[in-house]
Amino acid sequence: MKLQFSPEQDLFRLEVRQWLAANVPKQKLPTYDTKEGFELHRQWEHKLFEAGFSMVMWPKEYGGRGCDLIDWLIFEEEYYGAGAPGRVNQNGQLLLGSTLLDFGTPEQKAHFLPRMASSEDMWAQAWSEPNAGSDMANISSKATLDGDHYVINGQKTWSTRAIYADWAFGLFRSQPGSERHHGLSFLLVPLNTEGVTIRPIKALDGEEAFAEIFFDDVKVPITNRIGDDGKGWHVAMATAGFERGLLLRSPARFQQPARRLVQLYRDNKAASDRDPAIGVAVSKCWADAEAYALSAYNTVGRVSNGEKIGAESSLNKIFWSELDLLISQTAMDILGLTGELLGSATLAHEHAYWLDAFLFAQAGPIYAGTNEIQRNIVAERMLGLPKK
Amino acid sequence: MDFTFSEDELLFRETIQRFLHTEASPETLRDIWSGDKDASTLLSLISEQGLSALSVPEEQGGLAMGDVAWSLMTQELGYHAIPDPLANSAYVATGLLNALDDSVSQKAEMLERICAGDLGFAIGHECSPLVADADTAHTLFMQQDDEIHILGAIDVQTVPNASIDFSRRLSQITWNATASTSTVSGETGKKIWSETFNRGAISIAGQLLGLAQRMLDLSVEYSLQRKQFGKEIGSFQAVKHQLADVAGKIEIAKPVLYRAACSLENHHPLSDIHISQARNFCSEAALLAARIGIQVHGAMGYTWEVDLQMYVKRAWALNNTWGDTIMHRARVQDYVLNSDIDLAPSKIFEAV
Repeated sequence: MKLQFSPEQDLFRLEVRQWLAANVPKQKLPTYDTKEGFELHRQWEHKLFEAGFSMVMWPKEYGGRGCDLIDWLIFEEEYYGAGAPGRVNQNGQLLLGSTLLDFGTPEQKAHFLPRMASSEDMWAQAWSEPNAGSDMANISSKATLDGDHYVINGQKTWSTRAIYADWAFGLFRSQPGSERHHGLSFLLVPLNTEGVTIRPIKALDGEEAFAEIFFDDVKVPITNRIGDDGKGWHVAMATAGFERGLLLRSPARFQQPARRLVQLYRDNKAASDRDPAIGVAVSKCWADAEAYALSAYNTVGRVSNGEKIGAESSLNKIFWSELDLLISQTAMDILGLTGELLGSATLAHEHAYWLDAFLFAQAGPIYAGTNEIQRNIVAERMLGLPKK
Repeated sequence: MDFTFSEDELLFRETIQRFLHTEASPETLRDIWSGDKDASTLLSLISEQGLSALSVPEEQGGLAMGDVAWSLMTQELGYHAIPDPLANSAYVATGLLNALDDSVSQKAEMLERICAGDLGFAIGHECSPLVADADTAHTLFMQQDDEIHILGAIDVQTVPNASIDFSRRLSQITWNATASTSTVSGETGKKIWSETFNRGAISIAGQLLGLAQRMLDLSVEYSLQRKQFGKEIGSFQAVKHQLADVAGKIEIAKPVLYRAACSLENHHPLSDIHISQARNFCSEAALLAARIGIQVHGAMGYTWEVDLQMYVKRAWALNNTWGDTIMHRARVQDYVLNSDIDLAPSKIFEAV
């Protein structure tokens, strides 16, 4: 055990730090859940890509830098430390990317990955359906094989930023009469195809952050299928849950707000200390964020030693989503009466950074598999408790 | 950056694990708790496996391993609720002896004795008026301010103080500091006491984590046997989710413990903070495992009959040993809240 970065790792950190210091927009970009903000974030992504910092852990041939997971953690620490913009194409880059790397054909990888890294293609996920939320195996949207293409009919929902995106990926029932997780296929669908209708859903903050997607005889070539026909569930689940979870929400994503919270407390010490519970919560937030980071470094080491990480990733998801709630709730407590103010308000604190964080934190225990489902997974797969 | 254990460390853990599984059963523990058996037989058997030699230097016949290796061993000691003398003599006292100058008389001899399985070394630190196993120890390391006093059994008077953990032998102790008992003082003494306190604290952290895992395992086992409404209670979500939360507390505590061990072994300037962080996480895991363990066992959880009670009580007792919970929480809080140190994510392993 040696908890020190190598000279190469330090150099990489420095390179990332210097580039970010010179390039991160001084003015915070408008939220990527608006059309204007989405485009500005796409431009930022392109800039990252040009500098080789878009997908640092992807192979070079696909627009990455060939870094390992430690470098990725370092990159994230610097990225969040610099206050750089949120990753607008994260559902593609961080979720679909790993699946394509593991299961894509050489042609699919060569075509989709570089365009995803540069954000020329923007991706939305299309998993959930009105009757397939936590019970995702209940998917009913159909993909009927017809020669060299599928014909898709059905409805998907909770597709993040789908109204602005170019592509969607998801599971569709391609084998008639199949049930549950059998007979599903993993398909990539261009959202400008005839028969696709996208209806925005306003999120808690009033922005059109996600959408419903309706498919009405939508033709998709079979070359847009990842993995075999009917094996989509396996494709969706097989990519190590740990890695995807880590990529989606790296520790720095919580360490940085925890650091800001500590600063907020220090700046408002006298007022905060009217209730000693505030200092306790602030300290806990910082320690929890650091623990999540230690856990990530530890797990990366175990993975590189060939260990398989299973249901532990469910524990991570529960941990960071609850931490995110505690961080933002504590900040709202400290802000007191200015906490409710929108970014446009004259007395708003830091353009309502904490209000935005607080609102989004409410979604954490729900998206990417509700925490109830995660606890079931832990109980059944880690502790061996019966399913029924 | 390497956050993994060496093959030697893992292999040694496995050996101890396997040995304790057969030799330190709950039945054996019950005999010790009830006073039917003396703990020394069990402790000698464990020492013979080489555990007491773990951090003794090679010159005295030991394995010269450090705090990182011990962070695995203390979990095993906790999991099997092994009574205090083992961790206190073989780990904490050995650490204290290792820190002493070679010129201190009997240093080498004492290390050799520990290496050979002698666990009769007790430590009295100012964090507590009670000294574990002071009544049976032949050698006591006592703190008075920055001074380390080495005493023999004849130099102290002990008054037993019974604990809810029946395997513990705590004593209030009366002794006189004299020029002849004082071995080290001043800055050197202060540094050694601070390191010894940290080592005691992290020893407890590891044991608390091992205890948490044992309480979770016992609770899972019980929830698979006990049936209500025609099925195992472990199939009910309300039970599952509580046990999943215990698993969560245990898993997140592990890397915090290992980082603290690595810091202590390498004299990291933030060792104090890292160790208290480890204590806080391990303590939370143990307390939740105890509470949920009792809940999942239902009314049986409130009886003397189930094995769970021994692990629960030991966790409660150790929780405030080598620094109480308030002290460890306050140490972290003070660092986070009252310093002007920038807590940037990039500084996670860096010395500030």
